[in-house]
Amino acid sequence: MRLKGSIIFALAITLCFVANLVWAGNIVIKGSTTVLPIAQKVAEVYMKANPDVRISISGGGSGNGMKALIDGSTDIADSSRFIKAKEVNLAVDKGRFPVPFAVAYDCIVPVVHPSNSMTNLTLTQLKAIYKGEVKNWKDLGGPDRKIVVVSRDTSSGTYEVWETKVMKKERVYPGALLQASNGAVVQVVSKNKNAIGYIGLGYLDASAKALSVNGITGSAETTLNGTYPISRPLYMFTAGWPKGDTLNFINFVIHPQKGQKYVADAGYVPLY
Amino acid sequence: MQGTCHCIKENEMAETHRGGKGRQKREKVIRIVFFCIALASITTLALIVVFLFMEGLPIFAKVSVNDFIFGKYWYPTAEPPDFGIFPLIMASLSVTAVASLISIPLGVLTALYLAEVASARVREWVKPIVELLAALPSVVIGFFGMVIVAPFLQEILDIPTGLNLFNAALMLAFMSIPTICSISEDAIFSVPTELKEASLALGATHWETIARVIIPASISGISTAVILGMSRAIGETMVVLMVAGGATLIPTSLFDPVRPMPASIVAEMAEAPFRSDHYYALFATGIVLFAFTLLFNLVADHIAHKYRQVGAATL
Repeated sequence: MRLKGSIIFALAITLCFVANLVWAGNIVIKGSTTVLPIAQKVAEVYMKANPDVRISISGGGSGNGMKALIDGSTDIADSSRFIKAKEVNLAVDKGRFPVPFAVAYDCIVPVVHPSNSMTNLTLTQLKAIYKGEVKNWKDLGGPDRKIVVVSRDTSSGTYEVWETKVMKKERVYPGALLQASNGAVVQVVSKNKNAIGYIGLGYLDASAKALSVNGITGSAETTLNGTYPISRPLYMFTAGWPKGDTLNFINFVIHPQKGQKYVADAGYVPLY
Repeated sequence: MQGTCHCIKENEMAETHRGGKGRQKREKVIRIVFFCIALASITTLALIVVFLFMEGLPIFAKVSVNDFIFGKYWYPTAEPPDFGIFPLIMASLSVTAVASLISIPLGVLTALYLAEVASARVREWVKPIVELLAALPSVVIGFFGMVIVAPFLQEILDIPTGLNLFNAALMLAFMSIPTICSISEDAIFSVPTELKEASLALGATHWETIARVIIPASISGISTAVILGMSRAIGETMVVLMVAGGATLIPTSLFDPVRPMPASIVAEMAEAPFRSDHYYALFATGIVLFAFTLLFNLVADHIAHKYRQVGAATL
């Protein structure tokens, strides 16, 4: 009798937990570390407004997010790039149809030490610097000092943008100082008057000086009107058109007065 | 307290009455428990090694061992990728070598001073302070190197960047000095007093005794200390990530930026897609790093056995 009672009790408790999981809204978000700060900020606000919804967020990179979307282990995949054809095929094979939502824009600006006299570089000049062909500021009209090239780790999303938009798929030369984060790049550039680096627009502060590219200053405006050359949209992908809590969350993220307000806080350019 | 004593006594008495059979059984159980505990840590180590090899070896289906270890270019995400870790290996070795050049004399001499020359009061003060250096978190040392030492070196030496091999080696030397000093000091301190007294009795000066008797007698301990200090330097991650500069170049000067193996692994692992070639290559880099530290430990062990000071001249 006692045994039976305890089994029923255990079952009841398990059921409670399961029911809780089913009824309370649960959204899983995985993917790009570039989009992570946006997802985190917006999710915090969203959960405060909707206490019955639980959102779990993890990074791991755009590729990992896509993989999770394909095998169904996430509701939303953050991505700092558009989905690749190979990934679409894999997803469709499993009966999942990826839907992209642009949630923000990322704008990458080249930065130098505040004492540097340069104000503008062309894309060609930037490419030559990062390929290691131009090694002295003198060749660009600056003082006779060696250029210290600061770049990001090859697996970062910011590097990806730089590689496609500036390097046009050519390699950054091996002598570049690879830093692990936007913050580290700012730190290095602000301490070294010979250095040049690149960071997301949101990380720009007084300790480093931004250069314009091809005569265009990187800003929210030039990013949105498409004139600034080093920018990209950031996405959230869902498997099929989102439903229920996921749909509500996506709507919240792209709402100009709600989610988009926090995009700028996270260091990116809002959609509107 | 008294109560417990009483209990134990009673138990023992009971056991003697039972003819020691229960006692034997208890001994056996205790032995098995201790064996299992020892086994647990060895098993953990074995599992980590197995995992390391399982995750690292698949890269050699794509790249030959030779190309991996002696390849000059590390472009893991390019199309097509290059997985050559020679610049990373050279960076690790050069940083460790320079760090050792700084830390060995400082560490060993400090140990000699503390064990032989310093008065008991000075020793009581200085030794804990040196050991406190080991308690500094590596990220703090890294930050110090990045924010204070790097701009300083850059200004003083007029070099393009202060984040370089020399700066990293200096920071690593800071970190291995406590290890080297503490273990050498123990070795020197444990040289039998009889040896020292005999030397002094024969008319040798204090300096002659240190140089001809104490150092040779403790050389195995000092060598072990040096090698353990070096293996700490080669495996250190945070400091080299922050101050070595991170350029995948084979260093040609003391002030070139470099990218040692641990820095590469920690910086790239988070973004490398799970079980991709890049992921396997990072684990394979871990295998190479493991091979180096293993080698260091084997050498330390060998020296400790070979040059052990046997016996003391006493009556």
